[in-house]
Amino acid sequence: MSAAVLEIQHVSKRFGDNLANDDISLSLQKGEIVALLGENGAGKTTLMSILFGHYMPDSGRVVIDGQELPPGKPRAAIRAGIGMVHQHFSLAPNLTVLDNVTTGTESLWSFRARKGEARQKLLSISERFGLKVDPDARLGDLSVGEQQRVEILKALYNDARILVLDEPTAVLTQIEAQKLFSILKDMAAQGLSLIFISHKLDEVMNAADRIVVLRGGRQVAERKAAETSKTELAELMVGRTVTRPQREASTPGEIVLESAGITVRENGVDTLKAVDFRLRAGEVLGIIGVSGNGQTVLAQLLSGTRARTSGDLLLFGKPIDTLSVADAVFAGIGRIPEDRNKDGAIGEMAIWENAILERLPAFSRHGLVDRKSGMAYAQKIIDQFDVRGGTPSSRIRLLSGGNMQKLILGRNLINRPRILIAAQPARGLDEGAVAAVHERILEARRQGTAVLLISEDLDEVMALADRIQAIVGGRLSPPIPAEEASAQKLGLMMAGEWAQEFSHAV
Amino acid sequence: MRFERREHRSLTLVIATPILAIIAALALSGILIAIAGAPVLEAYWRILKGAYGSRLSTTETLTRATPLMLTGLAAAVAFRARLWNIGAEGQLYIGAIAVAAASSHLLGGLPASIQIPALLVIGALAGMVLLLIPLWLRLRFSVDEVVTTLLLNFVAVLFVSMLIDTVLKDPTAFGWPQSQSVADAAMLPKLLSRSRLHLGLAIAVVLAFLLHVIQSRTVFGMQSHAAGLNPAGAVFAGVPLGRTLVIVACMSGGLAGLAGAVEVMGVKGYVTTDLSPGYGYSGIVVAMLANLNPLGVVLAALFTATMFVGADGMSRAMGIPSYIADVTVALSLLTMLVALFFTQYRIRR
Amino acid sequence: MSAIADIIASAGLWAAVLRIATPLILGTLGALLCERAGVLNLGIEGIMTFGAMIGWLSVYNGADLWTGLMIAALAGGLFGGLHALLTVTLGLSQHVSGLGVTLFASSFSYYVFRLLVPVAGTPPTITPFQPIAIPGLSNLPFLGPAFFSQTPPTYLAIALALLLAYMLFRTPLGLAIRMTGENPHAAEAQGINPMAIRYGAVMTGSALMGMAGAFLTLSAFNSFFPTMVQGRGWICIALVVFASWRPGRALIGALLFALFDGFQLRLQTALGGIVPYQLFLMIPYILSIAALAVMARRARVPQALMQPYRRGER
Repeated sequence: MSAAVLEIQHVSKRFGDNLANDDISLSLQKGEIVALLGENGAGKTTLMSILFGHYMPDSGRVVIDGQELPPGKPRAAIRAGIGMVHQHFSLAPNLTVLDNVTTGTESLWSFRARKGEARQKLLSISERFGLKVDPDARLGDLSVGEQQRVEILKALYNDARILVLDEPTAVLTQIEAQKLFSILKDMAAQGLSLIFISHKLDEVMNAADRIVVLRGGRQVAERKAAETSKTELAELMVGRTVTRPQREASTPGEIVLESAGITVRENGVDTLKAVDFRLRAGEVLGIIGVSGNGQTVLAQLLSGTRARTSGDLLLFGKPIDTLSVADAVFAGIGRIPEDRNKDGAIGEMAIWENAILERLPAFSRHGLVDRKSGMAYAQKIIDQFDVRGGTPSSRIRLLSGGNMQKLILGRNLINRPRILIAAQPARGLDEGAVAAVHERILEARRQGTAVLLISEDLDEVMALADRIQAIVGGRLSPPIPAEEASAQKLGLMMAGEWAQEFSHAV
Repeated sequence: MRFERREHRSLTLVIATPILAIIAALALSGILIAIAGAPVLEAYWRILKGAYGSRLSTTETLTRATPLMLTGLAAAVAFRARLWNIGAEGQLYIGAIAVAAASSHLLGGLPASIQIPALLVIGALAGMVLLLIPLWLRLRFSVDEVVTTLLLNFVAVLFVSMLIDTVLKDPTAFGWPQSQSVADAAMLPKLLSRSRLHLGLAIAVVLAFLLHVIQSRTVFGMQSHAAGLNPAGAVFAGVPLGRTLVIVACMSGGLAGLAGAVEVMGVKGYVTTDLSPGYGYSGIVVAMLANLNPLGVVLAALFTATMFVGADGMSRAMGIPSYIADVTVALSLLTMLVALFFTQYRIRR
Repeated sequence: MSAIADIIASAGLWAAVLRIATPLILGTLGALLCERAGVLNLGIEGIMTFGAMIGWLSVYNGADLWTGLMIAALAGGLFGGLHALLTVTLGLSQHVSGLGVTLFASSFSYYVFRLLVPVAGTPPTITPFQPIAIPGLSNLPFLGPAFFSQTPPTYLAIALALLLAYMLFRTPLGLAIRMTGENPHAAEAQGINPMAIRYGAVMTGSALMGMAGAFLTLSAFNSFFPTMVQGRGWICIALVVFASWRPGRALIGALLFALFDGFQLRLQTALGGIVPYQLFLMIPYILSIAALAVMARRARVPQALMQPYRRGER
């Protein structure tokens, strides 16, 4: 076995009471792809941030080619040949591709930027690895996939030999993801070493040579991809066998919500194009799609925070003009926003205030807030939905993601809504919380609530939805029944490949 | 070194914060007094005596605190909803000139019981209008209201200067640019005889209590707070953002306009361009020292007025420029900001 | 109407335009540099006041004019350091911190001035910068007296605008500053220290603001008096938006602005007595507001403007 290009030795890192990394060791060979597998909060990102010098480890060290890397110095990490591709891109939309790539690559005190040479180098790298982009394009004008290419090019431009990718497929379609992995394999073949962080078992099995599993900040296993299975990895990752609930067959009721040719136009761009769907009581309709294809707009439209440009919206069979938040809430539409921190909660306000804010008229008299019944209401949600980590009067910011989501679910479901608009309800939650959220959604369905589930997660949609429609570029595919859905078929639908196949249905 | 968010803020910490900030500001100003060659403690003692040493000085301090309470409330209400109204100075002047104009040309003949309330409303309305312009620019064109409200301060004072030079000029003022006086029936009743202390103080304190109730107990209070803390979250919860900001602007501009009205009707009787020694700007300090709490504003305004009134006497006796009061007040804003930071974060190595 | 034509055709107007524009150019460049790195610096009004005071005071006490100008720049830089401490290190609200710096810097200026300069019937004066005629060019008819007979700080201000434009768009440092203003996390991921960049930009920008103030007392006038800055700082903040955060456009914007102002001053003399002078004085402020309304939506605001940067926090 040749000497490792990278060794992480006994790294530990504590944040307050939380031991994010507990004595983790890891090595990487030249030309190897290692996957770092774990759930949210397992410590993957912390470990990579230590590797890249964003964080100082409490103990342990990082060794590259036999030399210890000074801790907490991103510049040293870059110089040693580490390149990081962040999940949330570290890019500036207002600057050009070339500017984004070359920032910090020359001495800050030189009098002239050598743009010509930089352009040449960038073009030759993109040629070599098949990563095509226009150096002079404004970054904000590029697609998400292209932006990721820029992020990778940035690392390669710095002569990275070790590339770290944090959840690289989170924002890609399946086809884009496949293309990415073939590029990564090509890079490894050309002598680069790669670490990628993921919680998706499929891609880990397909792309990695070796898999290191983290759980709760500890390293629980290391396996060669050839010698393990998805089942084993799943158990290692979760640490216990959590089974996500599955829907049972049921008979849906009458149509409660119908969209007929709804279009939303913004700044001359159609973000939703002639969207048709029918949602029935007691069913889950899954809307699957890669992020950025209009699902945010769709969720906002149905949540009452965005107006449509044209088309008809029928609620319980009656056409409605405009749907305001208050209309939606008091008509019995429950709403789970896709970004719970930004939209779903006012972090600095108390749990009870967050619980009643959207239905203040029900908790006030003569304009005065009825604090007592608000507190009682919050306590009821906390009890019934098993929200842990806070009392009604503590600030909601202090809750973990899973518990915050339970509270948001609770404030909707406790009123037995007739319709539930759930946008990315399990995003960023750990397995236990995912199972709890799914169980609640199925429970609501059993009680006759019509659920519109907007999600990027294939497994989630296939487990919960009775019928599935894909959203691509603001258009909605015709529905297919869950029984006909396979990962492959949904993958094609998410790439927009339904036009021919379903043309008879339109 | 890094900063970490505190999970819990104790009540003691909340109360201690402004006190520590003021002590720090006084200590820093003390250095300046010492550099000027004066004994620091004696200077502060004289400030205190100058502000509260006699019945006259005490009432003077309270009189001075009155407009500061109102402009402080104006800033506190607006900042809580993240409406950066830095235009209280201009709103104060517009409120003042509206009152002078209305009383000398329109309502002067009415009895006090009708005229006074009418004029107070007119002053408040004038202040509102001046703030609604920048708010409209923000909602319509996304123009940051900080700069526009600041710029409008200059426009407002020039506008007032123009009026008291022309149509509202007092012909009996020996050529001084000064507005016609309000009617006698427009003058606010005194709270104490043989002093300048007037009903305005009571109005300010009552408004502070009222605002406290509005902010902590009402639907509107909760909604405007949510809008300030997280606009996106507030919109998702159905808070009408534009309408909330308009109401907040009316309250804030109205309070600042009222400050001008009360100053004219309680103290001066007419308007000049030096009606306000920066009450609008000091109001920002007052609001921050109070951590945007309306009841705290009353106390913070007292502190600020103490500095201003006390420094005058101290300055005459010790030869220290009375600007030391402005320096201390400005420093207390900076120290308060730092102190507030440490109530929210703690230092980790 | 012929009065207006006469005003526009007079070389005196154009010479005044450059003089009026100089503090605006310097101040706008300073604010622009801060904002490019992601920090709104509302300390500008106070820093200009302090620069005006300290520059004047230095010269009054025997320093030469250039030393006075440099002392004003240094003092401005120090106040910038204070603003950076509050907004960069502590990550406090840039609005409130900036106003705090303005209140402190201006009251401190008045305090120092009152303390060191005894009250007198007429304010004490110094001998300000004298116009320098640029050989050759200043002899041109009309253009010479209009543009090439200015005091040295005016030429310096124009040179600095070009220099800043070059620095921001042609050097690695400029790219690092722009990246910090757009996305400090990205800057850090490329090995740049966003905190250091922001400190540098805010302190340098504030030094320019200090010089802008000093120009008032060392060149435009010859004495210092309270409130002499008259909201010029706020106008600079508006000009930055009008200039879409580009130094070249800031130069043009300041000149355009000064043109209106100079025109207004002369119109005031021409129409004196008919129209109240206050109406003319309002024009610069109203113009600034109008400029903001026109440009606010169009301009590409630095994405991280007013966002505190904390390591590891997104």
